[in-house]
Amino acid sequence: MAASRPNRLFRNLSAKIAAIPMILTALVVFVGGTVWTVAYSFTSSKMLPKWKFVGLDQYERLWETRRWMVSIENLMIYGICMLIFSFVIGFILAALMDQKIRFESTFRTIILYPYALSFIVTGLVWQWVLNPEFGVQHILRSLGWESFNFDPLYNADIAIFGVLIAGLWQGTGLIMVLMLAGLRGIDQEIWKATRVDGIPAWKTYIFIVIPMMRPVFITTLVLVAAAIVKVYDLIVAQTGGGPGIATEMPAKYVYDYMFGGQNLGQGFAASTMMLLAVLIVVVPWAYMEFGSKKRG
Amino acid sequence: MTKLQTILTATSAMCCVTAAHATELEVTHWWTSGGEAAAVSELAKAFDGKTEHTWKDGAIAGSGNTARPVMISRITGGDPMAATQFNHGRQAEELVEAGLMRDLTEIAEAEGWKDIVNPPSLLDACTLDGKIYCAPVNIHSWQWLWLSDAAYKTAGVPVPTNWSEFVAAAPALTEAGLVPLAMGQQGWQQKGAFDVMMIALLPSDVYLKVYDEKDAEAAAGPDVAKIFQAADQARAMAANSNVQDWNQATNMLITGKAGGQIMGDWAQGEFAVAGQVAGKDYHCLPGLGEKNVLTTGGDAFYFPVLDDADKTAAQGELAALMLSPEVQVAFNLKKGSLPVRGDVDLSAANDCMKKGLEVLNNAETLPGGDQLITQDTTRQIEDLMVEFFADTSLTAEAAQERFAEIIADAE
Repeated sequence: MAASRPNRLFRNLSAKIAAIPMILTALVVFVGGTVWTVAYSFTSSKMLPKWKFVGLDQYERLWETRRWMVSIENLMIYGICMLIFSFVIGFILAALMDQKIRFESTFRTIILYPYALSFIVTGLVWQWVLNPEFGVQHILRSLGWESFNFDPLYNADIAIFGVLIAGLWQGTGLIMVLMLAGLRGIDQEIWKATRVDGIPAWKTYIFIVIPMMRPVFITTLVLVAAAIVKVYDLIVAQTGGGPGIATEMPAKYVYDYMFGGQNLGQGFAASTMMLLAVLIVVVPWAYMEFGSKKRG
Repeated sequence: MTKLQTILTATSAMCCVTAAHATELEVTHWWTSGGEAAAVSELAKAFDGKTEHTWKDGAIAGSGNTARPVMISRITGGDPMAATQFNHGRQAEELVEAGLMRDLTEIAEAEGWKDIVNPPSLLDACTLDGKIYCAPVNIHSWQWLWLSDAAYKTAGVPVPTNWSEFVAAAPALTEAGLVPLAMGQQGWQQKGAFDVMMIALLPSDVYLKVYDEKDAEAAAGPDVAKIFQAADQARAMAANSNVQDWNQATNMLITGKAGGQIMGDWAQGEFAVAGQVAGKDYHCLPGLGEKNVLTTGGDAFYFPVLDDADKTAAQGELAALMLSPEVQVAFNLKKGSLPVRGDVDLSAANDCMKKGLEVLNNAETLPGGDQLITQDTTRQIEDLMVEFFADTSLTAEAAQERFAEIIADAE
């Protein structure tokens, strides 16, 4: 019986051989590296990895560290605000762009341009723009508005929003382009039909177009969420984590303790927590997304 | 034909034995401020001039906290440089234990480092199991209060001669629109200033109890509480100091915008580059003017193990050169640090360096923080200090409690 039916493993053999390097990379580099990191987060490794098991000590220390708690809190604020604002602004810009305006490609280029800059450049530019001595505050004061006060990067309570402005400026363009592509994918017949029925444009967007754009939204969500969790270079360039520890982020904690503090175990524990946070978001979503498809 | 080949082979073999082994050595360090760059160019000049090899400068911008991870990942990642700077102490401890650093014992014996290096504790910091792994190049001490004469003139008060006078003079400076205490907002600077206060304002055994014996009770005790009170005062005095790098803070003194700065003697290099004269344009108080005590930290060069025989030979030459008397004098005068050998002529030294030499020769010295605690613990204390100096809602008592917890966990 086995002889009569060709083994499924050998179907499309050339395609499978071509995929081997990628499969190996995924298994060895991603999965292997992850397992190794998690395993060594239970050791007391200092500068070099050493297999000296200490149980959950690194995690206990991590969750007792104030800097880590501040980092998590900042990631939450930055993440939620970034998601909401970049989606809202990105979608509105895309909807405006979709009104068959003139010079559309010029506007599109201008809005997408910040995305071509690295986070390092973005961070530096916004550090200067928000600097009270020669940025926005200085310009408005020299125009005669003497009492104007705007120095988010020097006020620990709102510094994270100074970072958020820079992140939005850099990231919103990409979202707009993705949304615009989604809007262009909507059949023109639908617009015609709603017009015939006399449904206002905003209602069409919210009740018809957005539900139809679900795949685009999901792609965008994954891209934005990944960018949020790994945010590191923006902080380093713009605030260095300051003032004090007001804008610290988990990724920076990992780097600082892994290399600066020469404490690999602590860095691994922190990065394992970051992985866990990502899994908590991704696993239910992947289950819903791919699990239901098979059944239906 | 075969004869010709033999001759060719023979000559080429000979050339490899006799010809110049001139190679290029990449040396990494984090000396990038004006005074530091001037000092490191002295090393490069000497190496290029006195040997046939060339110095390839691998300066890494940012403080040591930025540079050290780069250096370590290059060494552990299999792309080692020929030589690299670290501070005296435990920063490269594990690299040495892992056998990644070259054993310099032969060179040290040939050059007689044991007899010339003063204080001997510097060579001890380089030694593991009786073998020497690094070449100390200078002695830096943290315990200095730098004072700007121009600022005190503007404020109309005499230049203070100790810490309590400095604190008392602060309101006058604030009134004149100046910053009493310049301090860069980086953890290592704030932790440094804190340690300086602990050493200068308390008996030395408290410092040793906390950092050497890691006694958490002492760290939570009433003596250290006084230091947190002093740090609280320092925080208030430095409230308007918005700079980041230490040399920007020193520049506030040079331009007369700030009264004082707690910083190591490397600050002197900046005054020198700006053409200022010790005792006239600026004053310096070792041990904050309260106590004649200095720690003997500083810089040492480590030489990673290399496969290339030519480069290995050149490493040896570089190590020997770094401790030679002429290089020690030229380098340290520019750097503002003290030489690691007691037998060199420092008549060209300025007032502040002479004060430092006197303390080093006659009075008390203590091991520096880097020699006593690990980078991990250092980092934790730095995080605490960054938060403390930026956030006035964190009280001295709460900060001390967390400090004691860190010391209790320290190795």
